[in-house]
Amino acid sequence: MKIQSDNNSTEKEIEKLKKYKYGFSTDIENVKAPKGLSKEVIKFISNIKNEPKWLLDWRLKAYERLKVLKEPDWQKPKYPKIDYQDLYYYSAPKSFKEKPKSLDDLDPKLLETYKKLGIPLQEQKRLNNIAVDAVFDSVSVATTFKDKLTEKGIIFCSISEAIQKYPELVKKYLGTVIPITDHFFATLNSAVFTDGSFVYVPKGVRCPMELSTYFRINASDTGQFERTLIIADKGSYVSYLEGCTAPMRDENQLHAANVELVALDDAEIKYSTVQNWYPGDKDGKGGIYNFVTKRGLCKGKNSKISWTQVETGSAITWKYPSCILKGDNSIGEFYSIAITNNHQKADTGTKMIHLGKNTKSKIISKGISAGFSDMTYRGLVDISSKANNSRNYTQCDSLLMGNKCGAHTIPYIKNKNSDSNLAHEATTSKISEEQLHYCQQRGLNSEEAVGLIVNGFCKEVLQQLPMEFAVEAQKLVGISLEGSVG
Amino acid sequence: MEEQLKIDFEKSFKNSNFSTKKKNLKKEFLNKFIKEGLPNKSLENWKFSDISQIIKKEIGDLSFYNDISTPNKIEPSIYLDGLEQNSIVFINGRAEKIDFQFEEKNKVEILDDFELNNNCSNINSLINLNNAFVDKSFKIVIKENYSFKKPLVIYHYTNKKIKSKNINLRIDFILEKNSSLKLIDVLNDLSEKNFINTFYSFKLNQDAILKNYKIDFKNNGNIKYSFTNIEQEKNSLSEIFIVSSGSDFNKNEINCNLNGKYSSAFVNGLFSLNKKKHHEIKTIINHLNENTKSYQLIKSVLENDARAVYQGKIFVNSEAQKTDGYQLSKAILLDETTEFNAKPELEIYADDVKCSHGSASGSLNENSIFYLMSRGLNYKEAKELLINGFLLDVIEKITDSEIKNLIKNMIGFKE
Repeated sequence: MKIQSDNNSTEKEIEKLKKYKYGFSTDIENVKAPKGLSKEVIKFISNIKNEPKWLLDWRLKAYERLKVLKEPDWQKPKYPKIDYQDLYYYSAPKSFKEKPKSLDDLDPKLLETYKKLGIPLQEQKRLNNIAVDAVFDSVSVATTFKDKLTEKGIIFCSISEAIQKYPELVKKYLGTVIPITDHFFATLNSAVFTDGSFVYVPKGVRCPMELSTYFRINASDTGQFERTLIIADKGSYVSYLEGCTAPMRDENQLHAANVELVALDDAEIKYSTVQNWYPGDKDGKGGIYNFVTKRGLCKGKNSKISWTQVETGSAITWKYPSCILKGDNSIGEFYSIAITNNHQKADTGTKMIHLGKNTKSKIISKGISAGFSDMTYRGLVDISSKANNSRNYTQCDSLLMGNKCGAHTIPYIKNKNSDSNLAHEATTSKISEEQLHYCQQRGLNSEEAVGLIVNGFCKEVLQQLPMEFAVEAQKLVGISLEGSVG
Repeated sequence: MEEQLKIDFEKSFKNSNFSTKKKNLKKEFLNKFIKEGLPNKSLENWKFSDISQIIKKEIGDLSFYNDISTPNKIEPSIYLDGLEQNSIVFINGRAEKIDFQFEEKNKVEILDDFELNNNCSNINSLINLNNAFVDKSFKIVIKENYSFKKPLVIYHYTNKKIKSKNINLRIDFILEKNSSLKLIDVLNDLSEKNFINTFYSFKLNQDAILKNYKIDFKNNGNIKYSFTNIEQEKNSLSEIFIVSSGSDFNKNEINCNLNGKYSSAFVNGLFSLNKKKHHEIKTIINHLNENTKSYQLIKSVLENDARAVYQGKIFVNSEAQKTDGYQLSKAILLDETTEFNAKPELEIYADDVKCSHGSASGSLNENSIFYLMSRGLNYKEAKELLINGFLLDVIEKITDSEIKNLIKNMIGFKE
């Protein structure tokens, strides 16, 4: 905690916090696994979580494979080599060795943290109609609204709890979308994942409220490796929100999560992310490396998976939420806003893999880069020879502010089916002087004007977000671009 | 393959009169090539066309030494009909005839032995191979303020005598201030199972105009790679048009650097492929100065196991404000066995630019066919009419009307 060591810098601290209001850290005693990645650490994690043997074996198998895998290096944002032996793979608040039974048993300091984050777990019960699962460092600390969900038969809990209570379900679906034989970071996650959310929506149930997880990295030198598994059984519907923040630290921290979605016949999953990890300071020092693997499988007929993401944080964002459209008539959607400022870098996009007949996919991506940042859209649309009558529409627009930043578009388009139609469009431009002039003439200052224009640019994506998130996201868009004009 | 390379390399030295300096340089290139080998799909640029696999499968053992000591007879039938032209004829990689009958002698300079150098930015191992083995590298200089009166046609002809050979060819063009050149490359092969590696380098000085038409139309069983590097100064203009249809495999790579203000580049092309052919066009347009412009349009019609790849990249660096870049690729897949892969890429570091790209692929519109059939055409005619219309769009981009008609006739368009 280098920042806190200097007393004179308190004022600077406050100044900094104004810019990234989630930048505080909480002093809570943590239980950590020994530093480094080894069989022993994996066994330690598995043991402390009291996991069944099959899961430990599964983890070890992933670890074996990890030894032969190489870290990929084709991405645009390069980063200094990560020393995987210098990281803590497990960190949990000490008071949690015994899991709290209800919210009242929670460490008051933790509750305070979540209050600062704007997620008052207790009040939330009454105010919003959102069930929250909060993940602090490596473990899930609390889940709200449990009773109401249980009534409907919906399982919403931390994945560790699910492993204990519903092992058959977890065993059946874990690793079916992201197998342990996947790429480096996904396999790393499979070996050392600590916690995450688990959702199961039974047949024909429409989840009555938004489910939400809030991720928070607190401890330093810690990698956060959570794993989320969402299963929507036949004819069900669920909307899931994810939010992330982290304290400001000078060193870079790694976040390598895996998210797996499975939609069976006629089911629909809507997954929204507002990602606001600490992006590093003005000079690009510190910040989170957000290397996340998100993949959805439209397993059944007429299923639908929709990804919406607002990416404003992280020093480096490197992720491609994907859809495998296996069932006939299934639909995949991807809506994304990625904003990079200062020295942030992002390489994000999606993969739409059409396998079934009459499958449809739609990609809307809006990238905004300012300052010294670099923004890349990278996407794949792959139509296999059996995916008759498939459709894809892709639109990716980039907005540049200043000539120190970059915006790149790298779409891969593969079509093996003559019966299918693909269309791809991309534009890159800047905010027009006329528009700015017009807004300023009407009394807005230049920052407000830019905010307004950018929000208009992003509207198509913001509309896809659930109401509660849309407001927050809109504000975030404004904050992220502060200081980029002029 | 390494042994074979070294033996062939020694052979090529024996019959030549290279200077020691050149020999050493060539050795360097050879060693570089041996180190890297033929490009394979682990390289991003060769992701969709693994040439090392293709050569292995189609040719097998490749021989790199090509004996060009004996002259070949030029069949008069290889010439393009009805076009007044200057010509250079290459038969099996040997320059048989150089004829600039329509041009003023002192305005065009032809050198057939010049210092090899490599300052183009996009080196790959095939260019090293080319430099190591090319026998005569030509340099054509067009003097200041001189415009070619008639087009220059370069015939790349191979006859049945050669098989499993690697032919390397290199020509450098210097277009001095305010000069202009119309260049047509005609690929005409009777041979099969050879690997032909061509490297063109163009230097366009201020106000120079280059029009280059690359025509690969005649069916043949060869594997071809062509790299074209273009350097453009202020207010210069280049127009490249590619007809990619005849060879079993053909990859055309264009690297264009817009170094001067107001320079512009146009790259258009069409794929018309059937019978397991695999063709690729890869372009990189680097906008390096203000007010530069580029335009690309690629259209493909694919049938019968054919595969087409288009990789286009527009790069804009931070000084290149007011850039205008455009890229569009469209493909019609006529049956289930075909494949179209595209990677239209934008890399932009300047904010005051207008760049866009589009890509679409799909089948022929059934409604359009129905409409035409209801007007009395049969299915085949309707299909042909629609495909012709689709391709005509890009052919109309050719700015030289004489050459436009020539290409139309060649492909068989009825006016």
